[in-house]
Amino acid sequence: MSLAERACVSGVGETAYVRGSPKSAFELQIEAALAAIADAGLRPRDIDGVIPIGIVSGIAEDFIDNFAIPDLHFSAVIPHGGASPVMALQAAASVVASGICRHVLIAFGRNVSAAANKAGARIHAMPQFHYVTEFEHPLGNSAPAQIYAPMARRHMELYGTRVEHFGAVAVACREHAMLNERAIMKKPITLEDHRNSRLIADPFRLLDCSLESDGGAAVVVSAAAAGHDAPRPRVLISGVATGHPDSPASITQRPDMTSLGLAKAAPRAFRMAGVTPADIEVAEIYDCFTYAVIRQLEDMGFCAKGEGGPFVADGRLRLGGALPTNTHGGLLSQAHVWGLNHVVELVRQLRGEAGRAQVAGARLGLVTGYGDLGDGAIAIMRRG
Amino acid sequence: MTDTPARPEPPPSALSAAYWEGLRRGELLLQVCANCGVPRHYPRLLCCECYHDGVHWCAASGRGRVHSWTVAHYAYHPAFAAELPYTLVTVDLEEGPRALGRWYGGALAIGLPVRVRIVQREAGPELCFEVADAAAS
Repeated sequence: MSLAERACVSGVGETAYVRGSPKSAFELQIEAALAAIADAGLRPRDIDGVIPIGIVSGIAEDFIDNFAIPDLHFSAVIPHGGASPVMALQAAASVVASGICRHVLIAFGRNVSAAANKAGARIHAMPQFHYVTEFEHPLGNSAPAQIYAPMARRHMELYGTRVEHFGAVAVACREHAMLNERAIMKKPITLEDHRNSRLIADPFRLLDCSLESDGGAAVVVSAAAAGHDAPRPRVLISGVATGHPDSPASITQRPDMTSLGLAKAAPRAFRMAGVTPADIEVAEIYDCFTYAVIRQLEDMGFCAKGEGGPFVADGRLRLGGALPTNTHGGLLSQAHVWGLNHVVELVRQLRGEAGRAQVAGARLGLVTGYGDLGDGAIAIMRRG
Repeated sequence: MTDTPARPEPPPSALSAAYWEGLRRGELLLQVCANCGVPRHYPRLLCCECYHDGVHWCAASGRGRVHSWTVAHYAYHPAFAAELPYTLVTVDLEEGPRALGRWYGGALAIGLPVRVRIVQREAGPELCFEVADAAAS
């Protein structure tokens, strides 16, 4: 039996996004969770499934304790970094569709402002990075910018992808952030600003890299029928899939360094939803780096492999363009909460609640996740 | 000024102990499946062709071609701050697997023939690559 439209997102919530929050990751996670539960018209104790994102904030037991959940039917941990929120949508949809749960909470909080939590340090505590930690970190290949840069470099060398193409992604995200009061980055940027920003790990410049920020985000996934009882317009999960690249724990060892798990997942999600990329009206694409957006557009079939650079040029991703993308500003310019903010934004777009960044009349959109070294996930959602 | 902090050391692992011993002797060793002969890297438990867990450790020829690279301009670990900018090169080894190493040479291009060079440093052996000598290849 297909999972298509058996589940919906009934509630979304966020904290303020800042650099240097005085609140702990767990406090931020709980704040976002309470907001999402209230948005769904539920009480915290109505939650009967929980998927905490990551392992740096609260665990299922914390939610039982703090919410006095009388009978939690399901919990899971999905350890795939930034792919986890969208992967969690798949798990949540599965358990509500099968009747195990009625309302599954997906919640994340992070506080990365402490030095021990910076990107170059924290990944080496994660088991999925063990090859990097053992064989690459001692050589100075320490953080995602450095680890991913050779993928982008190879894409440039093989397909002629240019700095301006990366810049087009950065500029589109910043333009959208300027419309979003919840976004951290408020200063406009141009392609020239992007090109002139300092190199971090060639070909990545500062403005190719996502933000390090503190905050929390959460969503509630409910059975499709239960979604009719929610106060907000119902947003159905039409197609959802996850995929892993070959050699998921090491980009170095990957047969095709530019391939991602999303390439395997996307066709399954589009088939489940019964739509094609041409039908998509708004996209929230995981943007840990500008290049990742270009590559994922290829993986999803919006353009052929190698054509992602020209595809994003000429304003296609901007509001008013053919494929408005990261309408909240993305990880590049709104905030980095592992892309759970992308899920929240897609739901708001499809409800018509996206404020100044609203894509007029949007009813069908997608969100992707990209985790660790290339794990992928995609959810196609429809207002209905 | 303060001394440069030490480079991060690889955590000890039974699976890869032979690899690191090889590098300390100046050899790049690869796991080769004791059952079907397929080489693999990084060191792992099973051969993914035949699921056998026995291995022979065999010296790589050291020859390969550039697959991709990056030049680090920001140090995410303080040990590398004084080395900026530095280059990390990903190499398709002749035997099939890939290796990551440091690059102290000039301009890089995909497919450039390279050879391995192992430098013994205080923190441990450092895998490097350099332009292959055309006469030697």
